[in-house]
Formats: sequence, structure tokens, C-alpha cells
Amino acid sequence: MYSEKVMDHFMNPRNVGEIEDADGVGQVGNAKCGDIMKMYLKIDNNVIVDAKFKTFGCGAAVATSSMATELVVGKTVEEALKITNKAVAEALDGLPPAKMHCSNLAEEAINAAIEDYKRRNGLLDESNDCTACGRRCDDVHHHDFDEDEE
Amino acid sequence: MAEKFIYMDHAATTPVKKEVLEAMLPYFTEHYGNASSVYSIGRESKKAIEEARDRVAKAIGAQSKEIFFTGSGTEADNWAIKGIAYANKTKGNHIITTSIEHHAVLHACQYLESDGFEVTYLPVNENGLVTPEQVSAAIKPNTILITIMFANNEIGTIQPIAEIGRIAREKGVYFHTDAVQAVGNIAINVAEMNIDLLSLSSHKFYGPKGVGALYIRKGVKITSFLHGGAQERGRRASTENVAGIVGLGKAIELATGKLNEYNAKLLALRERTIEEVMKNIPFVKLNGDRHQRLPGNVNFSFEFIEGESLLLMLDMKGIAASSGSACTSGSLDPSHVLLAIGLPHEIAHGSLRLSFGEDNTNEDIDYLMEVLPMIVGRLREMSPLYETVKRGNKNV
Repeated sequence: MYSEKVMDHFMNPRNVGEIEDADGVGQVGNAKCGDIMKMYLKIDNNVIVDAKFKTFGCGAAVATSSMATELVVGKTVEEALKITNKAVAEALDGLPPAKMHCSNLAEEAINAAIEDYKRRNGLLDESNDCTACGRRCDDVHHHDFDEDEE
Repeated sequence: MAEKFIYMDHAATTPVKKEVLEAMLPYFTEHYGNASSVYSIGRESKKAIEEARDRVAKAIGAQSKEIFFTGSGTEADNWAIKGIAYANKTKGNHIITTSIEHHAVLHACQYLESDGFEVTYLPVNENGLVTPEQVSAAIKPNTILITIMFANNEIGTIQPIAEIGRIAREKGVYFHTDAVQAVGNIAINVAEMNIDLLSLSSHKFYGPKGVGALYIRKGVKITSFLHGGAQERGRRASTENVAGIVGLGKAIELATGKLNEYNAKLLALRERTIEEVMKNIPFVKLNGDRHQRLPGNVNFSFEFIEGESLLLMLDMKGIAASSGSACTSGSLDPSHVLLAIGLPHEIAHGSLRLSFGEDNTNEDIDYLMEVLPMIVGRLREMSPLYETVKRGNKNV
């Protein structure tokens, strides 16, 4: 049911771990729903220079976490914020429809980690708040596409 | 892609035994006659069906004419529950079941609720057991059916079926048991256990898929489920799946013929697995009753990890198993059975069911114990929940 790329990122996840002196840390999801993603970012001169993650969740949750860390490194904060769940899923050659919420989690984790970075540095723009972070298990965080679209 | 393949999911299905397949094969080709036809090849099919019926009856202590073949265990459950409900609705509209039944029973009961029937879903204790006292207390003047599974498919818990049967018989309430997981694994005698209806499914005991049976005690009032021809004494119309029925008959005969030996083998594998997993992996819980459980069933919850990830990694190592995590249950919630025994969602998500069978050996358990602790450890290293534990604060 998973693409080869998903299985590759699940079996050999990139950037698992923590960054001791991270500039931004974001955790989204909850244990009750069966998935939690925690992302650590190292940001230098507004550019993400390193990213690590820890994830409790299914195969898709681990693979999207891994892919999300790969996608953000080398990007500016603004570019990273533009990474959508769709982009994460596409980079993995797609996810089964029932697993699309896992890619939402990856997008949310990036946003949450950047928000933390901005908060620490007094850069927080209130209007840019992510409102999805207290979601229920069945809430899907839509930014710009519907789950049904695949 | 894995070098090995070790099947530890016999509660999901089993391979068809060679002897079973050989018994079935002629009924696809030379003995293709319709059992309702009068000529010789039709009569041969009819005879084969009746032999299979005798075998099923013998295996569960019933009379042959009390056995009705169906297309599956699910069909048998649906027939039993809806058939009793509709045939006895002038007597009452109350049904008693448990919260840990298979969906074939639960959803049939929910369907009846939408049609004016009243259903009591008895809670179970932390091991997944109901007590005969609970059943007794739930019986009302309008109760027409008690339907309680013999053994649970996920956590393996075996219910006090004989005691429940006695109560049901005393109170004059029909008693159905979904014995899909039990037949071929535990000795069953419907007469001694006061069972009025019993569902079974061939593919759980090395028979083919797509065939099951419903035992209906003589004299039980039940409506027909499929209307049409006069097959199964007019109670279940459909041209008989002759090869499937022959396979079921052969499989049940083989399974019940050496039940003690099979039981002892599975029990040894189960006990060793429980002991070694509990000893070698921290933060683990055994789900289901320690002793009142199917001989081949183990079900664990590993804290801080999620079941589907565990299954995928086991699969990469060549081990086929199952989980009650939401990601594998097809819904957003983890298994209703694990929630019913009181597991918090996050613990239920990390469940693993292994169900052993004929093909499993002690070497398979050696291998399991080689890879499972490693996989659990690896997933925990990746889990933000475990981080907190490692730092000495378990209360996440």
C-alpha cells in the first residue's frame, strides 16, 4: 500500500534524533490519536541548516517526518513555511488516501518549529499563527487542498 | 524481499492443508454435479455434502441435521442473530451481547437496533471476560437472544461458555456463540454446553475460505437468511459450494482429531513467547487473560510505539503479524476490544497480536525474540514519548 519511497524513508529514516542547541522545536499531534511528530531546527542567518525529528506513529508518519526534514534543510524560513503537506506527500511518490493526515502532521511540525524559532527571536507575526495545533484525531488540517484530491 | 517468511497470524487465516485440498479438487472437475440434480454426478455431490455435514456435527457434538453450511463465519453470525430476532420478535426484542464481539456480531446487533430491537452490550473486565452473573443479571422478560463469542479474535480470551449456556437454557433464552476462533483450537460440545446456535469458519482451521457453518439446535425458531431454492433444507438457498464444503468437512475432522496434540504445541509456543517478551522488553503489557486464552494467541502492548510501524518492520524481517492500532483497524480509533478492556488509546495503538499455528516452531520464536526487541528498541529511539521516559519522567 505504500510507495517504495515511503518504505525507504520508513526503514531508513533520515535525520532521526534531537538537536541539543536547536533554534526552534515544534511538537504536533497527540498520543491518543496515535501520532506525534517533534521537529528540531537549527537556523543560521534565516536559513535552516539542520533538521532532526522524533516521531511516534505509523509508517507514513515516520516517512513524512523524514521527508520533511530533508525538504526544509537549505531553505530560508519563509521558503520552509511554504512547504505544503501536498509537497511532502508528492516527494514520497504519494500516500494512500487514508494516510494523508500524516503529511498534514509534517507540515504542522515544520510550522510549529519555525513558530518556536520566531517566538524565541521576537519575530512572531500573530497573524501567521497555526491554528491547527490542538486538533482532534479526525481533524484534518487543510491549507490548500482537500484530502480527497489525493 | 525478506529472506525469511514466518507466518504468525493464524487468527487472520490459515493455509489450506494438503489433505484438505486433495479432498476438494475432484469436486471442481470430475464431480462437478449440482447437488440438487437427480442424476449420478448430482447425487455424488449431495453425498459429499452430507459426509461433510456428519463430520462437522461430530466435531462439535451436534446432530448432522443441525448443521447448515454458509458462505462464511460472518454470514453464520448474521443469520443467527437476525434470524432469531425476526423469528421471535413477538416474544421480545431484547438481545444481550458483549462489547468485544467481532464486527460481524456487533454490526448485526447495531443493525437490529435501528430496526426497533434493544441490545445490551455487556462490558468486560480488564482481561476481556464477562461473568455468568453479568449475563444472568442482564436477562429481562423480553430477552430473546444471548450472543457471546467463544474466544476473542484479538486478545484470545475464552468466555465461560458452558456456564452462560446453562443460564440461558434455564431462562429459556436462545444462546448463540461466535466460535470462529475457537473451533479447531478448543474442544467444543454444543449439547453439553447448552449452545443453541454456533458459528464457525473453515479458513480458521486449515480449510478453504468462503465457507462456514451455522449449528442450529433442533427446535430453535429461526427465519431463513437467503430465500430461493430448497438447499440446506430450505433454510439457506444457494447452490452448494461443494468443494468448499468438502474442504470444511475434511479440515474440521483433521483439526478435532488431534486437538490435544495441536493444543499442547501451541500452548508451548504461547507460554514461551509470553515469558520471553515480558522478560526481555520493558514497558510491555500482556492483553487478555493470562490463562483463559486461546492456546495460540498472544497480544502485547508496547508503550511509546505505534502498531503499524511495528508490523511494517516485522514484515521487513519476514514476520507476518497483526495489530489493533488505528492505522490498521481502518478507522481513527484503535481496536474496540483493546479499548473495552480499558487500555488508553495510546497504549492500544502499540498493540501486537501473534497467533501461532501448525507451521510454527521453536526456531520461529528464537527468531522472533532476535528481531522483536530490536525493532521495539529502534521505534522507541525514534519516539518523542520515550525521550521523556528516558529522562526519568514517565508521566508524559
